[in-house]
Amino acid sequence: MINYNNIMETISMIEREKLDIRTITMGISLLDCIREDSRTCNQKIYDKITKKAEHLVKTGNDIEMEYGIPIINKRISITPMALIAQATSETNYVKFAETLDKAAKEVGVNFIGGYSALVQKGYTKGDEILIKSIPEALNSTERVCSSVNVGNTKSGINMNAVREMGQVIVDTAKLTADRDSIGCAKLVVFANAVEDNPFMAGAFHGVGEPDCVINVGVSGPGVVKVALESCKGKPFDMVADIIKKTSFKITRVGQLVATEASRRLDVPFGIVDLSLAPTPEIGDSVARILEEMGLGACGAPGTTAALALLNDAVKKGGIMASSHVGGLSGAFVPVSEDEGMIEAVKSGALTLEKLEAMTCVCSVGLDMIAIPGDTPAETIAAMIADEAAIGVINNKTTAVRIIPVIGKGVGEEVFFGGLLGSAPIMKVNSFSSKLFIERGGRIPAPVHSMKN
Amino acid sequence: MRAVITVVGKDKIGIIASVTTMLTEKNINILDISQTILQDFFTMVMIVDTSKSTMKFEEIREALKYQGQKLDLSIRIQHEDIFNSMHTI
Repeated sequence: MINYNNIMETISMIEREKLDIRTITMGISLLDCIREDSRTCNQKIYDKITKKAEHLVKTGNDIEMEYGIPIINKRISITPMALIAQATSETNYVKFAETLDKAAKEVGVNFIGGYSALVQKGYTKGDEILIKSIPEALNSTERVCSSVNVGNTKSGINMNAVREMGQVIVDTAKLTADRDSIGCAKLVVFANAVEDNPFMAGAFHGVGEPDCVINVGVSGPGVVKVALESCKGKPFDMVADIIKKTSFKITRVGQLVATEASRRLDVPFGIVDLSLAPTPEIGDSVARILEEMGLGACGAPGTTAALALLNDAVKKGGIMASSHVGGLSGAFVPVSEDEGMIEAVKSGALTLEKLEAMTCVCSVGLDMIAIPGDTPAETIAAMIADEAAIGVINNKTTAVRIIPVIGKGVGEEVFFGGLLGSAPIMKVNSFSSKLFIERGGRIPAPVHSMKN
Repeated sequence: MRAVITVVGKDKIGIIASVTTMLTEKNINILDISQTILQDFFTMVMIVDTSKSTMKFEEIREALKYQGQKLDLSIRIQHEDIFNSMHTI
């Protein structure tokens, strides 16, 4: 039987409210590519990725065509490269990044994530080499994304790694200064990183994952915004209910696409990441959802509470819609990728400090924020430490993806293009954090991590 | 495969005739039709079975799209599972 209204609702969500599948990400383990000889290791990596992901893009396109739902990105995540490369005697891993880039181009994916190291407690030889090579790797490749996990609730925060990452971000910005420091947009510093995140730039394929897996990230801030337009002035109980119902519907589509992609590619289904991921397009903004709840602008007092409600309701609605929910799951607040946030920053409503507060209740952290190019590395490291502390204490993932735009200052704007959008340069607190960051060492794990 | 065809656009004479004629030519069986006029806008939803058609799904989709452009309508075809999964538990 035709349910006319249901069908037209779905069509309207896709056509007008920009419902889409943000990404189908294939996770590929490279553990079986570990070789002592660097050349053989690189060959193994290239062969495995291009074989496993050979049909990924075509399958994504076929599903998009048959179901009439846009699938924006097809991507690949791999085992953290520091684990794979350290068996070789190489002292620089840029060659490995170039192999990943080549493989990504061959299979037609727009990003490959996993040029990564997990150093929440300390460095291995491979971690050290990989982290040092990140600026060069991001400069000499186009599609490779890098991430470093510097803290965990179970292990505390590695402040040596925090200090080094501040410098790595500055070096990456300098090396890619001719392209508005875009290298930093492909670099994420995590606390409590998850092993099955399908979203870039922070995706990597954890060692507890199967050989190959399909993870899907859904999106649809526009759908939530439009749904909320029907309950202007109504109490929050109703707001939460509407978000849950909408999130359920969005996630069901994600589950369908994930199951279908998994069946066609003959690769096990991993998780659906039920995140509200905005884009710079009008009508695809998380900030506008918060404003729809009654805020004059994103960043006004009340924003953190609004985001907390949104994040929680999205999860509650999505959980029942999918057999396995994972990844980051929640609401994203990437400034340059959200039309409403860009506007809020320009108008002075949204500041870095408010964004930090928002990251306590959303699913990620300080994301895609452009700051002055002359921000000291220690200040950036201290911002990472703050975010990591929020994540470690609250048992949640936090991340820092900030871009010190070389040659630009507060009030100017930077254009990355495409999904990465554009961003006004935000003001950073100018008081020094130098002596704080110089200490190094480890911040111990919080008492509530001792659960055994 | 069961699919849903939706036709939306400004009302005029012969829309149903032209769409159904086209489906007949392509050996696509219509299982259910529902149609209404909303504020001068013609909207029609059809459930069809494409399994007897010799055309590939992509070709059917393109042919419908082309027909839609000729009639100044928007015509889509989608696998019915997207609607089922979104609206039923």
